[in-house]
Amino acid sequence: MTGAGERRVVVIGVGNEFRRDDGIGPEVLSRLREHLAAGPDAGAGTTVRLVHTDGEPADMIEAWTGASLAVVVDAVVADPPCPGRVHRIAVGPGEVPGGHGVSSHGLGVGEAIGLAAALGRMPDHLVVHAVEAGDVGHGVGLTPAVSAVAASLTGAVLREVQAALGQSRAQRR
Amino acid sequence: MTHRGDRTLAVAGLARVEGEGAMYVRVGGGRVEEVRLEIYEPPRFFEAFLAGRSYTEPPDITARICGICPVAYQTSACQAIEEACGVSIPPPLAGLRRLLYCGEWISSHALHIYMLHAPDFLGYPGAVELARDHREIVERGLSLRRVANALMEVVGGRSVHPVNVRVGGFYRAPSAADLAPLAGQLRQALDLAVDTVRWVAGFDFPDFTCDHELLALRQPGSYPIERGTLVSSGGLEFPAADFEQHVIEEQVPHSTALHARLAGRDGSYLTGPLARYTLNSRWLPPAAAEAAREAGLGPGCRNPFQSIIVRAVEIVCAVEEALRLIDGYQEPASPFVAAAPRAGIGHGVSEAPRGVLYHRYELDSGGIVRSARIVPPTSQNQAAIQGDLRGFVQDRLDLDDERLTRACEQAIRNYDPCISCATHFLTLDVDRA
Repeated sequence: MTGAGERRVVVIGVGNEFRRDDGIGPEVLSRLREHLAAGPDAGAGTTVRLVHTDGEPADMIEAWTGASLAVVVDAVVADPPCPGRVHRIAVGPGEVPGGHGVSSHGLGVGEAIGLAAALGRMPDHLVVHAVEAGDVGHGVGLTPAVSAVAASLTGAVLREVQAALGQSRAQRR
Repeated sequence: MTHRGDRTLAVAGLARVEGEGAMYVRVGGGRVEEVRLEIYEPPRFFEAFLAGRSYTEPPDITARICGICPVAYQTSACQAIEEACGVSIPPPLAGLRRLLYCGEWISSHALHIYMLHAPDFLGYPGAVELARDHREIVERGLSLRRVANALMEVVGGRSVHPVNVRVGGFYRAPSAADLAPLAGQLRQALDLAVDTVRWVAGFDFPDFTCDHELLALRQPGSYPIERGTLVSSGGLEFPAADFEQHVIEEQVPHSTALHARLAGRDGSYLTGPLARYTLNSRWLPPAAAEAAREAGLGPGCRNPFQSIIVRAVEIVCAVEEALRLIDGYQEPASPFVAAAPRAGIGHGVSEAPRGVLYHRYELDSGGIVRSARIVPPTSQNQAAIQGDLRGFVQDRLDLDDERLTRACEQAIRNYDPCISCATHFLTLDVDRA
């Protein structure tokens, strides 16, 4: 039986797999989906929502409204770049980071957080894993540097999710 | 000094538009000498991607060109390939295709109105600041998008890059029971949509008129969305198969997106909400027609700033149409019609939220795509946007650079340009030197 607290964990993969490294978000989601379906955490898939978005703020806000934990995986462009470097950003209450994720739009994760804060629709906890991209041009497949971190990043996201689920179960006992 | 005769304005990264680009304006002797909409993203390679692929793949591949209007790409692609294969889809499947497209119109227009465009009229730098002061208004926009996304999930399989669309129809047709819960949500959305029209109709609009030839689809008897014949305000009328005879694309040095013009015409042309409305307002469904009348729109609208009203009216239209289609829905015997490949060329055209979207595919006898051509609305509108900006800036040279730049950015957002589709957007350079 699924507890109400458990249902409120969401992992949001932002990006477009047809824009090379912008596909790291969907790639991590795909790996998580396989793990949750077949791995030692089989069954947890029913308690964790996996959401793919193109980064449009309204969609992200809808996905994380009411969540106890939201984990966002997105690609970012850095200058100077270090493709594959992962930045973990825990967004606390009242914190609204600036900047834009890689998106084919004028709006991104930063705006989604700002908008959600203004609307009172932030999750209890929000963690953003931002991966520095090497190439966000048209084409399929991650660059080697970004592809190399997909497995470890998936593991890191899974640990965040498992910690939240464990905490939720402990609270219900 | 703000009243200089010579100056340059440069915006090197326009905000609140879809994609990346820049604008450059040069003024000399008190006259606007040059306006350039600069699109600096590398040219698209999707047409090249498609060559050598199976005829079944373009609907899914081209949907990835744009996260805002994937259904438009899927629909135009399906139509073109179905024409090449010599099949047509029966009314129940055509209705489902229109229903899915209604979801995309609601979602795209609500995003543009509430997140991108309305802050301009209300003096806010963006949607976040608007939401701090007018939470209930922004929540209304999000509610409209929520209904649209629910519609696209049920019919299209998911709201972003739907996966249920295939050549010949759908992989799975929803049951009437699947659609029934949507009807309740859409009835509530109809009120939200009408409220949206009333809200935006109260904005202040600059007195500005464009005289471009207008190009849109026409589906006699209904407002054009997913199919139709091309018509223009200059008397043109032609099928999708003749699109490339009438629409000529040309390279310009400052843009990686092609510019389009109508063959044999001197001026630019415009596609999108103003064109659709002006050429088809008589076929708006009742609530949309009433909302337009109440908003003060006549049978046509040529003020690009009022495109926000037209988009709001089109949300009402799309909600009404979705309700009508769900009400009359009968589950098709099969979710698709078989489309065996054959050598040939097919053309497809539909009304993406930003305007006419044309696809053409040439297939070999085994169904392999030999060549592909995609003409998105924003690339068609680039020349018209530049032309309007020239006149707009000329009439506002008394503004200082900061205010003029802001006015130009707002003017560009009137067209909801999707540079992601045309190739990404915007940075303003105003050169008054």
